[in-house]
Amino acid sequence: MTDQDLAAQIAAATSPLHIIGGGTRCIGPQIGTPISTEALTGITHYDPGALTIIARAGTKLAEVEAALAAKNQMLPFEPILPGAALGRSGASTIGGVVAANASGARRISAGACRDLALGLGFIDGLGQVHRAGGRVMKNVTGYDTTRLLVGSHGTLGLITEVAFKVLPLPELTLTLRAEGLDDAAAIAAMSAAFATPHEVSAAQHISGGSTAIRLEGFAATLPKRAAALAAILPGFALAEYDWQAARQLQGLRPDASQRLWRISVRPSHGAAVGAALRAAGATSIQYDWGGGLIWAIAPASVDLRAALTLPGHAQCFTNTHGAFHPEPAPQATLTAALRAKFDPKGLFNQGKMD
Amino acid sequence: MQMPPPKQRILARKPALVARLRAAIGDDCVIDDPRETHAYECDALAAYRCTPMAVILPRSTEAVSAALKICHEFGVPVVPRGSGTSLAGGALPSEDSVVLGVARLTQILEISTEDRLIRVQTGRTNLSVTGAVEPLGFFYAPDPSSQLACAIAGNIAMNSGGAHCLKYGVTTQNLLGVRIVLMDGTIMELGGGHLDAPGLDLLGLICGSEGQLGVVTEATLRILHKPAGARPVMIGFDAPEVAGKCVSDIIRAGVLPVAIEYMDRTVIRATEDFAGAGYPDVAALLIVEVEGTEEEIDTQLALISGIAQALNPVEIRQSRSAAESANIWKGRKAAFGAMGQINDYMCLDGTIPISELPAMLAKIDALSAQYGLAVGNVFHAGDGNMHPLILFDANKPGDLERAEAMGADILRACVEAGGCLTGEHGVGIEKRDLMLTQFTQTELELQLQIKDVFDPKWLLNPGKVFPLPLTEARRA
Repeated sequence: MTDQDLAAQIAAATSPLHIIGGGTRCIGPQIGTPISTEALTGITHYDPGALTIIARAGTKLAEVEAALAAKNQMLPFEPILPGAALGRSGASTIGGVVAANASGARRISAGACRDLALGLGFIDGLGQVHRAGGRVMKNVTGYDTTRLLVGSHGTLGLITEVAFKVLPLPELTLTLRAEGLDDAAAIAAMSAAFATPHEVSAAQHISGGSTAIRLEGFAATLPKRAAALAAILPGFALAEYDWQAARQLQGLRPDASQRLWRISVRPSHGAAVGAALRAAGATSIQYDWGGGLIWAIAPASVDLRAALTLPGHAQCFTNTHGAFHPEPAPQATLTAALRAKFDPKGLFNQGKMD
Repeated sequence: MQMPPPKQRILARKPALVARLRAAIGDDCVIDDPRETHAYECDALAAYRCTPMAVILPRSTEAVSAALKICHEFGVPVVPRGSGTSLAGGALPSEDSVVLGVARLTQILEISTEDRLIRVQTGRTNLSVTGAVEPLGFFYAPDPSSQLACAIAGNIAMNSGGAHCLKYGVTTQNLLGVRIVLMDGTIMELGGGHLDAPGLDLLGLICGSEGQLGVVTEATLRILHKPAGARPVMIGFDAPEVAGKCVSDIIRAGVLPVAIEYMDRTVIRATEDFAGAGYPDVAALLIVEVEGTEEEIDTQLALISGIAQALNPVEIRQSRSAAESANIWKGRKAAFGAMGQINDYMCLDGTIPISELPAMLAKIDALSAQYGLAVGNVFHAGDGNMHPLILFDANKPGDLERAEAMGADILRACVEAGGCLTGEHGVGIEKRDLMLTQFTQTELELQLQIKDVFDPKWLLNPGKVFPLPLTEARRA
């Protein structure tokens, strides 16, 4: 099936369609006839000297990352792999990563998925094919519809292809680790690490467990940088930390009666929000992004949004209605109107982000 | 360059409009004397001028909202203005418009190094944002060359870049939240101190929308700790294509310089006469800057020099001190001023994939010969954002038009090479009529519909970005 076949199917459709990628990270209700990107595969362009790669939406994330690794490059935003945490068996696709704006630990230093997406192809709700952005790093021509599509969870159009800015793989990765810090002390330490010239690439804290601060760089000089950072962080020392397991949300495995939550707040509010979540029934609390991103597990009957009294937002990894944080009135009106322009027949992923 | 004709029905209601604005936001915030409104007739694209009907300089977000509500009721076009440094005519008024300047909104509202952000009113200049956090060891990364004068409002409207984008991104990657006023006066908060706001990325859509979707009055900006140090190496080549290859080889080798700047012989000679930085007289000069500790810088510069050596450079000059760094940057920083001394010029802003650099430089040479106009090339090679300067004589009839036609040909070539019309200056009026070379009619129609959602009456900066015939019915 080609882009044109999908476009024709969408143009002819009269009832809701549910867009499917690898099925590893989809949240919200799934309403309508499934329409899959599985046939849209392959890396269509890779120019390591220009730090750019283009892949079709159904290409496996693993395939893209392997092609990059072969040239010592990477997707900078380190997309999370929530499949195991959600009990799903599929293989993540690049289209799904983009639809979910799925950014991981390095988001704090290298930017989110939507910061690195240079452009994309998509099919709107009338079956018309569009190209947004391009494959160059600086592009301010017209409105930034690329950013609008990234993280739109398939509610604006079916993404067919994506261009990314990539970065060199670090020669060496070192982790400074401390154990047993309380949440406030851990976040203070992570903030202190970011307030240095040492270019911390990631900082995580598992409540009641490890606090890990990651440095990446050249093999010849990185150990000195790590030593300089360790010198100002009491209790931290060079140690192992499994960043690959962190990508797979290790330690966050909700059972059938529980839900996985993702909460974004200011780092300075992180500890207070964590305490409020815990009081509301949350367990397995973990912090990423230096304290600004909180992962938690809560009983299915508990809505953690009720416990979020400080500015931020919370998302529940469920396939039922209400997975997303409700938008305030003026935004909700605008986003509904935008969806009506992109998808006038109301086909795509109905009710997903409501 | 054509602009929409003013509407007589709007001009006729000027007295009533001005009276309402004065009553709502204060006498001293409304300017309607033509001797004073004259000062707002153009931005940095000074070839195009038009005095607006009135200028308003509100003191608060609430005043911006009140004024927009009135203009909305009167059906008057509003042209938002930061500091007026747009090179694309983004702040060019029409005769029947009200210019809304944010010049009085300059407060710092919050600085948090723990959350790594600064919240400011958007009339504040780019450089003063970095100035505010510098004592704490932090900086605001986007650094357009107009940073001493340009306002954050304009940076957000145009999604401004700068020399350090290869490592730090442009405005959109460093913008966490805004307070924005829609044309009907609605005040809205998007994003904030937390990352990656839920729902559709309206913040990302606003950034770079050239003042057509709303007026941003406050911004939350990401700040970063300053690097330990930075030093450049200067490399001269006797052929542009070898310099282009050097850029690709450096990037492929896994080094991420903070900036890679390119200058050709025309620009080198002009800056030597002007600034005397001691550049070699070569066909192509690269300035590659890296950051880190002294040891890290030495390691990276050695690697870069090794890559360059393999390409037989005419000269390699590695900075070993702050004074030597300043000297290497001196010519590059003076380049635009130096070119202005010798000639009138038109500065283009197309972006191409880095691998297309040699072919594009050859294409520009060919067009230069064809049009009989000299071109100087000075640009950000690391991210492919080219700034060919087309030299012309503003006093010679027809020369500006010839330069514009040649510029259009260069930009078309950028699009054909897989690039775009504008990398950091914006479309404004300058590249408006070329939009169909980059986008299909269907793609542009969807963009027009995005504006319909935010500004159904098409009052905010209406004559910009899109070819006029496409928007005529909406502006009627």
